[in-house]
Amino acid sequence: MDEIFGIPAPLLFGQLLLGLINGAFYAMLSLGLAVIFGLLNIVNMAHGAQFMMGAFAAWMLLAWGGIGYWWALLLSPLIVGTIGVILEKLFISKLYKLDHLYGLLLTFGLALIIEGVFRNEFGSSGLPYRIPAELSGAWDFGFMFMPVYRGWVVVAALVLCLTTWLLIEKTRLGAYLRAATENAALVQAFGVNVPRMVTLTYGAGVALAAIGGVLAAPIYSVNPQMGSNLIIVVFAVVVIGGMGSILGSILTGFTLGIVEGLTKVFWPEASATVIFVIMAIVLLARPAGLFGRK
Amino acid sequence: MTLDRRTLITGTAATAALGGLPLRPARAQAATIKIGVLNDQSGVYRDISGPTSVACVRQAVQDFGSRGFNVEVVAGDHQNKPDVGSNIARQWLDRDGVDVIVDVPNSAVALAVNGVVRERNKVYLNSTAATADLTGPQCSPNTVHWTYDTWMLARSTGGAMVKAGGDTWYFITADYAFGHALERDTANFVRAQNGRVVGAVRHPLSNTDYSSFLVQAQASRAKVIGLANAGADTINTVKQAAEFGLTRRGTKIAVLLMFINDVHGLGLQAAQGLVCTETFYWDLNDRTRAFTNKVRPHLAGNMPAMSHAGCYSAVLHYLKAAADMGVAQAKASGTEAVARMKAMPTDDDCFGAGSIRADGRKIHPSYLFEVKSPAESKGAWDYYKLLQTTPAEEAFRPLAEGGCPLVRS
Repeated sequence: MDEIFGIPAPLLFGQLLLGLINGAFYAMLSLGLAVIFGLLNIVNMAHGAQFMMGAFAAWMLLAWGGIGYWWALLLSPLIVGTIGVILEKLFISKLYKLDHLYGLLLTFGLALIIEGVFRNEFGSSGLPYRIPAELSGAWDFGFMFMPVYRGWVVVAALVLCLTTWLLIEKTRLGAYLRAATENAALVQAFGVNVPRMVTLTYGAGVALAAIGGVLAAPIYSVNPQMGSNLIIVVFAVVVIGGMGSILGSILTGFTLGIVEGLTKVFWPEASATVIFVIMAIVLLARPAGLFGRK
Repeated sequence: MTLDRRTLITGTAATAALGGLPLRPARAQAATIKIGVLNDQSGVYRDISGPTSVACVRQAVQDFGSRGFNVEVVAGDHQNKPDVGSNIARQWLDRDGVDVIVDVPNSAVALAVNGVVRERNKVYLNSTAATADLTGPQCSPNTVHWTYDTWMLARSTGGAMVKAGGDTWYFITADYAFGHALERDTANFVRAQNGRVVGAVRHPLSNTDYSSFLVQAQASRAKVIGLANAGADTINTVKQAAEFGLTRRGTKIAVLLMFINDVHGLGLQAAQGLVCTETFYWDLNDRTRAFTNKVRPHLAGNMPAMSHAGCYSAVLHYLKAAADMGVAQAKASGTEAVARMKAMPTDDDCFGAGSIRADGRKIHPSYLFEVKSPAESKGAWDYYKLLQTTPAEEAFRPLAEGGCPLVRS
């Protein structure tokens, strides 16, 4: 059997594939962060908590309302996005004129409160959520077992990322958004309701996190700390990709998933740190990130 | 307003009755035992320790009743960080007058607290930390290891797996003191029974994705994949092992440490058929059911696992020993208090009759359970069926094999 660095080649390809799947989650989450930072200049530390709320919303819909996965995929982002809109109206909108640090502290505080409330209500061991029947099962590639659901996650993430990117870079709405980031007063003078647009953008970014949460619910433990375990890595992804760069965060998300996957084969103990090592190197060499514009 | 005799009498009586409340602690200041429950109140191990442990300790204090001294309970969150844990322990012992530290999940924190308590000659009643080193090389005359340990898990769950034909093992291990100890003890068992360990992978604590490790484990062609991790890490691994079809291909998953709260988090659909070892199950007998009924209203929906029962049982026994030897002496010397605990037989609703060995190991039977299928389960938390009971004398590592310096001397 062919070997690469002492690892059988098929096993290595399997690991690349798994890395790509994890990368899909990184990409989806960092995309939401990039949208919010790029257009609102808010470092949304509550993103992990909103991801977690997305997963919990899916669980609640099923356990309390008997509403299954596919509807949850639509309803959960709507519910969590609405909560995001309310948070933006009540708190975050007051901070746009201040330094980034204030937004960071506020959203970090919100994240702690949200996670605390969920922990009190649901405990820390998590809640069960099953893979929907349509997506259960697996393809047997011979060298590895590929669950259908993981394939679905990659496809869903790619579609979501591409749509968001097209929406922001290629449509009139996206042009308004980008213009409002450059010069809000001028765009408002043209009759665009900038505050409402900004609020909805935040809601949309939060909804992206919630979709990630619903996609994660069947495969990861649905527990209150599921977001905080992931969010630090996702922030590193955003920094490496270049703060606020949409395409950058998508590409970096997928790439770092693969890098992490390979680390899990060659040096598993380092798999939690490898992304931060890369972040440090990138910051030294290109402080604006790989795709940063400044 | 005129003061007549009747008002004066009732007034005086009322003042005396009210005054009695603040006066009592003042009078009994020398005779208050202070118990600090140190555990994870906010992270991965919250449900297997956390507020439920505190409620169980309070239950023990209540069941012990009043015997001429007061008992006060405080709680702290060590956030699974050894430095935070030992700082709280130091502050409690040096400044706040805490006499006993209870619970302390996370073996890394437990080993740190073990040293702090010994230095100050207080008492450490460990329930939720697993490492058998606490009664081995790290054993202390101030520590009692109550509920379970890595050796006992390895013998019960690991032993049953090997007996069922699982003679080649691959470990997925949490990369810190607990995981290392559990992997080591289980691997020793496997090898002693002519089994083989074909590989191991170590993952960081609170990892989310295990697919990569599971695929590596599968590629090793081991018959058994041993999970030397706990809490949410175990839940994630089991969930993803099913997803990647490991069990369908005939590979067995040995969940070396699982609490009933983890089964609850997994759901019976995903957990059915897994075997695990606990030393307490709420539905084991009349006494365990009585204990559970009593404490359940204070648990906010959680169910006591063996770790919580251990907190209850250990504190109850400590209080009995303290009453027996005199509170002043129990407070003055942790070593003497622990020695008295070892001299007295234990008995309570959770673990029945038992004893504490010279190395600080509490001895009681261990139970191998199989998780029921959704069809077998008759209601909420009806999760286990008993496969096998290991008697107290055989459940834990023999005294001579632990390498505890207290035993040699």
